[in-house]
Amino acid sequence: LASTMTKQQANWSPYDNNGGTCVAIAGADYCVIAADTRMSTGYSILTRDYSKICKLADKCVMASSGFQADVKALQKVLSARHLIYQHQHNKQMSCPAMGQLLSNTLYYKRFFPYYSFNVLGGLDTEGKGCVYTYDAVGSYERVGYSSQGSGATLITPFLDNQLKSPSPLLLPAKDAVTPLSETEAIDLVKTCFASATERDIYTGDKLEIVVLNADGIRREYMELRKD
Amino acid sequence: MFRNQYDTDVTTWSPAGRLFQVEYAMEAVKQGSAAIGLRSKSHVVLACVNKTNSELSSHQKKIFKADDHIGVAIAGLTADGRVLSRYMRSECINYSYSYESPLPVGRLVVQLADKAQVCTQRSWKRPYGVGLLVAGLDESGAHLYYNCPSGNYFEYQAFAIGSRSQAAKTYLERRFEKFMGSSRDDLLKDALFAIRETLQGEKLTSSICTVAVVGVGEAFHILDQGTVQALIEAFEIAGEEAPASEPTAADQPPPEPGVAADQGAPAEHDAAPMDI
Repeated sequence: LASTMTKQQANWSPYDNNGGTCVAIAGADYCVIAADTRMSTGYSILTRDYSKICKLADKCVMASSGFQADVKALQKVLSARHLIYQHQHNKQMSCPAMGQLLSNTLYYKRFFPYYSFNVLGGLDTEGKGCVYTYDAVGSYERVGYSSQGSGATLITPFLDNQLKSPSPLLLPAKDAVTPLSETEAIDLVKTCFASATERDIYTGDKLEIVVLNADGIRREYMELRKD
Repeated sequence: MFRNQYDTDVTTWSPAGRLFQVEYAMEAVKQGSAAIGLRSKSHVVLACVNKTNSELSSHQKKIFKADDHIGVAIAGLTADGRVLSRYMRSECINYSYSYESPLPVGRLVVQLADKAQVCTQRSWKRPYGVGLLVAGLDESGAHLYYNCPSGNYFEYQAFAIGSRSQAAKTYLERRFEKFMGSSRDDLLKDALFAIRETLQGEKLTSSICTVAVVGVGEAFHILDQGTVQALIEAFEIAGEEAPASEPTAADQPPPEPGVAADQGAPAEHDAAPMDI
C-alpha cells in the first residue's frame, strides 16, 4: 500500500554540482581572489584546468563555485549589464555597485536560482580592498575575507583563526580589512588551498590567484595535489 | 519643396508616387551640423562639426560608440539619434551574448534600416529625423554605411551629411579613389580637411570638431581634444582662407549625387530623394 501512495518524485534535476572552492581576502590597498581549477561531476573529474574567476570590471573580480553552467550564465549577464552601464555613465562600475547588481541579479531568479556560490573581490571607491560574500539567492554582506564552495567548511575556520577581527558589535567599529601585507595574504591563501586539497576530494589540480591593487590586476598559479 | 495636400500623413502617397513626410524627415538631416565618414581597407574615421546653441551651452554629442567595433555619427534630430544609438548598443550586446562574437556591421545596418522603414508605414508614427553614418569593422573588412530616415542604406567609401556637407563631399569626391590604400594618419588628415571645407572660412580647432576612429586592432574610440588639436597643427589644417575650389551654394536642392563607390548616374532633379 505504501508504494502506491507515495508522491511522484522527479528523477531529472536541472542542477549539478561541479565542486571547487573559492576564497577572497581584502587588504588595506589590495584584494586577493583565488579558486582551484578542478571541475568535477559526481566522483569524476571533467577537467583539471577550468577557471572559476571572472573579471567583471576594472576593479571588480568574481569567483564562483557550484553549478558552472549557471555560473557561466551569471557571468555573461553581469558582463552585459556592465557594458550597458559603461555606455550610460561613461565609466566603469565600482565594486560596491557591482556587489548590489549581483545581489539583485541573483534574487531576480529567486524561484529558479542560479546554483552559484559567489565571492566578489575588488577595490572600493576609496581604493581599499573589499570582499562581498553571497548565498545562491543574493543575500550578501561586505566582509574582510570569505570562502565558498566544497572546501569552504575546511577553510573558513582556519581563516577565522588567522584573520578574524573582534566582533563588529564592539565600539569603536574596527575595519574589516586585514592588516596583512599583500605577500602575506597570498601565502595564507596558498596555505588554505594546500590544506583543503588534502581532505576535500573536489578541490585540487591547480590554484588560480588574482591580485587586484592600485597598479592593476595580476594573475598567479600554484600546483595542487591531483588526487 | 512646398506644402501641399499630400504631406500631412506619412501614410499618404502623392500622385507622383512620393511620401512627403519621409522627404521632410530627410530635410531634417540636412539641417543638422555636418558629419563625415571615410574608410580605408583597415580603418574607418568619423568626424563631425560641433554646433552649439549659444556660447554658454555645451555642444551636442553626435558620435556614439555602439560596440568595440562599431561607432556611429549622426546628423539631424539628435534626440532621435540618441534613441537609435541606444538601440544599436542593445543589439550589439544581445548578439555578443548569444553568439560570443561581434555583430557584423552589415546586419546591424539592415536592422536599423528595417526599424526606420516601420516608421514610414504606420499612421501613428513619424520617421526618425536623423541620418546615421555607421562605421564598423568585421570579418569582411572596414565598412562605412549611411542610414536614411527613409529606411534606405548604402555603403560608402566616403560620405558627408548635414549642413554644408556638399563642400565636404566635393573634397572627398576628388580623393576617394586612394582612400582604400590610405594609412590611418592619412585618413585622419583627409577627415579634418573635409570638415574644414564645411566650415566655410571659419578656423578649424579641436573645440569645434569631434573625431573618432575604428580599425584593425583598434577599438572604436573618440579622440581626445588634445590629440585632435595636435593633428590639426601637424597637418597645418587650421587655415583662415576659404579653400580654392569651393562651390558657391553648399545646400543644393535634392537630389544630390553621393560619393558612393557603387553609385550609378546622378538622379534627375524631379526624382524623389529616396530613389538615390
